This record gives sequence, C-alpha cells and structure tokens, in this order.
Amino acid sequence: MTPPLFEASHLCKTYGSTKVVDDLSFLIAPGECLGVIGPNGAGKTTTIRMGLGLTAPDSGSIHALGLEMPRDALAIKAQLGVVSQFDTLDPDFSCAENLLVYGRYFGLKDAVIRERIPRLLEFAALTHKANAKPGELSGGMKRRLSLARALVNDPKLLILDEPTTGLDPQARHLMWERLQVLLQQGKSILLTTHFMDEAERLCKRLLVLDHGHKIAEGTPRDLIAKHLEPDVVEVFGVGALALVDSPLKAMAARVETSGETAFFYTQQAKPLLDALAAYPGLRTLHRPANLEDLFLKLTGRQIREDA
Amino acid sequence: MMGQSDWRAPQLSMRWWPVFLRNLLVWRKLAIPSLVGNIAEPLITLVAFGYGLGMLVGQVRLGNTTVPYILFLASGSICMSAMQAASFEALYSAFSRMHVQKTWDGIMNAPVNLDNIVLAEMLWAAFKSIFTTTAILGVMLALGISYAPTLLLALPLLLLIGITFSCIALIFNALAKGYDFFTYYFTLFLTPMTFLSGVFFPREQLPGVIRTVSEWLPLTQAVELVRPLFLNEWPVHPVRGLLVLAAYACGSFWAALALTRKRFRS
Repeated sequence: MTPPLFEASHLCKTYGSTKVVDDLSFLIAPGECLGVIGPNGAGKTTTIRMGLGLTAPDSGSIHALGLEMPRDALAIKAQLGVVSQFDTLDPDFSCAENLLVYGRYFGLKDAVIRERIPRLLEFAALTHKANAKPGELSGGMKRRLSLARALVNDPKLLILDEPTTGLDPQARHLMWERLQVLLQQGKSILLTTHFMDEAERLCKRLLVLDHGHKIAEGTPRDLIAKHLEPDVVEVFGVGALALVDSPLKAMAARVETSGETAFFYTQQAKPLLDALAAYPGLRTLHRPANLEDLFLKLTGRQIREDA
Repeated sequence: MMGQSDWRAPQLSMRWWPVFLRNLLVWRKLAIPSLVGNIAEPLITLVAFGYGLGMLVGQVRLGNTTVPYILFLASGSICMSAMQAASFEALYSAFSRMHVQKTWDGIMNAPVNLDNIVLAEMLWAAFKSIFTTTAILGVMLALGISYAPTLLLALPLLLLIGITFSCIALIFNALAKGYDFFTYYFTLFLTPMTFLSGVFFPREQLPGVIRTVSEWLPLTQAVELVRPLFLNEWPVHPVRGLLVLAAYACGSFWAALALTRKRFRS
C-alpha cells in the first residue's frame, strides 16, 4: 500500500478556553480528494492552518510528503498549492504578473515561470485577461486566478479552503470541471466546503467535523447509506407540521421538522406518498437522501452563533 | 508539540529577495508620482525655512565655526527625510500589504517564512528611504547648498538611518489595528523627536535634562553623524553614533519580528 501523502495524527488546538480542534486524525492518499465539511466554527480553517504550519498544534503531529510539519514547513510548502478562503491576489499586478511574482516565492527561475504562465492562464480560462488586473475580474475569474497561482509550482497536493464560496452556478461549475481535470492528472486535493453537492461531486472521501471533533468519515455514498434512510419525503403547506403526530409518522423511520416543513425519512416512500394523497392541500417532494440530509442529521439544524 | 517562543532568534535566508522584488515591481509602476510626492514636501520645507527663516537667523554657531542657517537645516532635514520616508513605507504601505490586501498571508502559503517577509519589508522601506534622500541630496547639490566631497559618505549613513527607522516603525506596524494608530506615532513620537534632535535648531538651546535625554535619540545620533559631512568635516563621535543606530536597528527589528509573529500566530 502506498504511504499517505498527508497524515494528521491526534491534532489538538485550543484558543483561550475553546478547544477548536480536538484529537483530530485523518490522512490523504495520493491522487485522492478529501473533503472536510462542518458548520462554521467546526475547526476546518484551523486544521488547514496547522496543515500549512501557520499555527502550531498544542499536541499531535502532521506528516506530509515524507516530511514533518512544522519542522520542514518550507520544504513541504514548496510542494503544496494553496487557495485560501479569501483572495490574496496582488491588486497592482496583471494576471500574468501575479503568476510570475508568486512563482518567484518558490525560488523558481523567471524563465521557468514565464514558460508556465500561458498554460496556467489557459487552464484558468483567463488567457484573454492576461494583462487585466484582479480588480477588473469577476469573482469566478479571481478564484480561478488564485487556483492558477496555486499551481505555479506544479504541486503534488492542493489545499483549497472554500474555493467556490460566493460564486454563481456557472463559475462554480467551471471551477469543479477544472478541479476534476487536476484529479485526473493525479493531483491530490484537500477541500473544505459548505456545498454538499460540491463535496459529493469532487470528494472521494469526506470528513465531517463539528466542534473540533471528527464525527463521521467515509465515502459520500457510504456515509449516506450508513446514517440515513434512502428516501426523503418533504411535506410543506398549512397543516404539514400536524402530520408529525398523525398515523403517517409510523410510515417513516424518522421525522424532522424545520420551519413549516416536515421531513419523512423512510425505507419505502410509496405507502407514505399514497397516504399523503389524502391531503390535497399539502405539497410534497419525494427525493433520495443526500449529503445535505446527512450533514444536518449529524450537526443539527440550528443556526450557529458565528454563522 | 508546543509553539516556540515569539522571541526566538530570527530565521532568515535569501527568501526575502522575491518579496523585496515584488514591492519593487509595484513601485516601478508608480515611481515618478511617488518620487515627486516624497521629495516635494521636504524640499518645500527646506526652501521656505532655509531661505525665509535663514534671512532672520543668519549664521548658526556649530562647534568652533558658524554656518549659514540653510546649510544647518539641510544637513539636519535630510536625516529627517530619511526617517520619514522609511517610517511612512514601513507603516502605511506595509500595513496595507500585511492587513488590508493580505499579501503577506498569500506569500506565507509559499515557502517563505514570516521572518523573511518582515526582513524584506524592512529593507524595502530602507531602500525607498535612500532613494528619496538621494534625490533630495541631488536637489541640494543643484541648489549649491554644499559641495563637500565628504557628502559621498552621507549616502551609506542615510541608508543606515533608513534601516533604523524602518525597524522601529515595524514595531508599530505589528501592533496596529488600523491606520489611525500611525497618526499617534507620527505626532507623538516622530515630530517631537525632530524638534529635540537638532534638525531645526542646535540642541544647545534645549534645557539641561531634555538635552541629556535627547542625546540618545536615534535622530540626534543620525544628525550628528551626517551634519559634519556637509561641512567637509568628520563626525565627532563616529563609532558611538554608528553603534547607537545599529543597536536601535537590531533591538527594534527583533521586537518587531516577535510582535509580528504574535500577531500572525492566532
């Protein structure tokens, strides 16, 4: 078995009296995309900061690419590509200059970087914007420039902290397509996201964090199969909430409510749907259980204070 | 594994160079307007005070000789310009890159550590300072204020002065929550120091205690090193002056680095 590309063991980090990360262990295999999902304040960004050697863990260890963090932080970072949650592009430079200047931080020769720039711009679908400054770019273009910048050193592992937050669907799909291409090229990815469809599409395995703990880990399909019933029937409209205490409840394995909507999680939707036909005033939506259901089941439906 | 002390020794390598180069590349795009802004104000002050006030003051006694007031002022104000140019760059501009644009965060995702970024910013501010003061010196030569050959030695000294004040300013950069904080640094620290350091009038005019204290201010040491060079003379205490400036620079750089590490740790 190939050794993991990245391995975090028993990481702990406390800020003040808050345990932000608590005994967290995970690994990333070569060529794998690992997704980290969790509500705001779950410890995702702190975990990434420890992975980059920007914050030292209180205890635990991180090994990557045969080296140890934070001792070999610079040697590890020479082989990483990072897209942080907020763009740190240089506003005074054009797209091409952003790539050139960033490549120099890796000790790359100008000639090497200049040779890579056209390909990177093409990959980011920004060839026509080579001389434009970040201020002239759309949100999606900026994120793609950040991604191109993270690729300037031809990294083995990409660390992407919410790479599509704030993008419109078109820009998001283009970003996903680019990330798929990178995975096909054999790159490994550590991805944090709030979008469950993104996690499901890109990630081979998922890590669910809450309050600094790992609360679940596995492939998206396995996690859904393990924690959820296969079918969901959502019922909304006047009187929907009253169904929770009706005989219909017995037709579902589990019932949840949120606002004016009742969610019936069931092994078999047909009898429930037939019974619901007797309530023409209610609207129903029958769908397979998905990651969002899993996420809400594991982390709860209440809004987080810092959200 | 516990975090290391913020006061551990600086871990420096040549990785500061691409960061310095980054600042140079930005500045090259704006160099001319920026240079005009940087040298116009000190020169206006020099001409207005030097010739205007100089008419009233006449000659100023300096050691065993007397010199025209404009010469006295020019030799002091060039040090003040070195101080201001370095301070401005290491405060407002460095803070923009560090806090507002998050440029430093981006750089730290590459194999460049914070220590080298702080070093690059320090050297960059010193470079801008020496660039500005060289230009001012050129104008002073054109105005015929001094043609002393010893002026050539003023250039390395002005670089050291730029380095010293860059280091001090970076302490305040590390502590700043916003730009407002720097106004205090300029009005409560740099401006009073200018008046106590013999830039505008001889320190002999100061009352005894203040005069003793002012002797150890970095700007006083700077002025006392540079002023004789305008008169084709040697500084009275060259070694002491250099050591005091170097001590301010090293001590401040270390403190600035420790405080910046603390800022970025959480």
